[in-house]
Amino acid sequence: MADDSHPQTTETASLGELYRGSGIAEVLAQLDAELVGLAPVKQRIRETAAFLIVDKARRAQNLTSGPPSLHMCFTGNPGTGKTTVATRMADILHRLGYIRKNHLVAVTRDDLVGQYIGHTAPKTKEVLKRAMGGVLFIDEAYYLYRPENERDYGQESIEILLQVMENNREDLVVILAGYKDRMDRFFKSNPGLASRIAHHIDFPDYSVQELLEIAELMVGKMDYRLDDGARAAMAEYVARRIRQPNFANARSIRNALDRARLRQANRLFGAAATGSQAPGRDELMTITAADILASRVFRQTSAADGEAAHAPLSDR
Amino acid sequence: MRITQGQFSFLPDLTDDQIRAQIEYALGNGWALSVEFTDDPHPRNTYWEMWGLPMFDLKDAGGILYEINGCRKAYPKHYIRVTAFDSTRGWETPRMSYIVNRPPEEPGFGLVRQEAEGRKIRYTVHSYATDRPVGERY
Repeated sequence: MADDSHPQTTETASLGELYRGSGIAEVLAQLDAELVGLAPVKQRIRETAAFLIVDKARRAQNLTSGPPSLHMCFTGNPGTGKTTVATRMADILHRLGYIRKNHLVAVTRDDLVGQYIGHTAPKTKEVLKRAMGGVLFIDEAYYLYRPENERDYGQESIEILLQVMENNREDLVVILAGYKDRMDRFFKSNPGLASRIAHHIDFPDYSVQELLEIAELMVGKMDYRLDDGARAAMAEYVARRIRQPNFANARSIRNALDRARLRQANRLFGAAATGSQAPGRDELMTITAADILASRVFRQTSAADGEAAHAPLSDR
Repeated sequence: MRITQGQFSFLPDLTDDQIRAQIEYALGNGWALSVEFTDDPHPRNTYWEMWGLPMFDLKDAGGILYEINGCRKAYPKHYIRVTAFDSTRGWETPRMSYIVNRPPEEPGFGLVRQEAEGRKIRYTVHSYATDRPVGERY
């Protein structure tokens, strides 16, 4: 580029145009507004976006440019937003023009692995074909590989996956997701897979402050709101809940809010039964401190709040 | 002799980009696509071998091109066609069908005359390719 007469101006101008034209600014702003925390994840998305735009600019200047491999692996504890970000990823990559269709196919082991010999390959291919042009999201990918059973068909599925990931790179983006330690073990036993995934993104746990912000976002989305007492109670709740076993970050918050909604409904219902006035719009929306303080977490027992029984998988 | 069957067969062979665009059109209409192949080019040979099952629920042409390329790799010298099936009530029939792969040399057809009762003559066409057994034709 050095021998070009005025490379600087043309380059930057086209970059700016590409940036504005892609609408990526809105996507990133939306990401910032709707996803609390997750700094490393946002950083990586920003880098990817920048790279794709620069790649486009390079192509315009006839420099070597190739579609980068964008297969990703999301690792993190339960409830850290892996699935949420994956669904966003399809939208982001589509706006950047990396994938042709804005669609995401979310699958688990059951959708990929067959039950008898010769069943797996067509099943996996079927899923891959469905995902082409978009994003294939494999949740809890480590279940694909079962080392304890050497005749397990998961291995076959992994091989087909690898082949398509390599040969049809421009057709689909594969995102694997799972808990960190299990994914590490999974990659250790499948080194081919680990090396074909360029982006390993680790989702950090949320801090108490971030969890409170998430709670606010969640109640806002459900058309509820926390009054001041409830906000204080929520802070206390999060501080206690975080130390308990089976804590699943944002998912625990969502469950707590769901239960608070139940208690709020019960409270309003009880009030109506005793003959007070029908609740107005405001009362229907407000979650008070009492709704949250009734939680089992405040009863000083070591037993986890309700969800422990439902979420054995998130136990780690 | 170049076979003209289905859509676009009087045009030069479709490029992959054109095939992709045609598939996108079919997908946009909600039709299910399938890939079929044969080495018997007789015009009355309607039912070709299926390359896999018809593909429903696809959103992008990539999956179908993947199958087309798979079929081309397995049968580089066969006729391969793509069919788009419309399952809407009242149609329930293929809406598009076009050849995406053909052998490098197509020997063409001969006219066969058969003497029938009286001095009647029956005519039919015979593909030279089918003189050889299946799998050795092209």
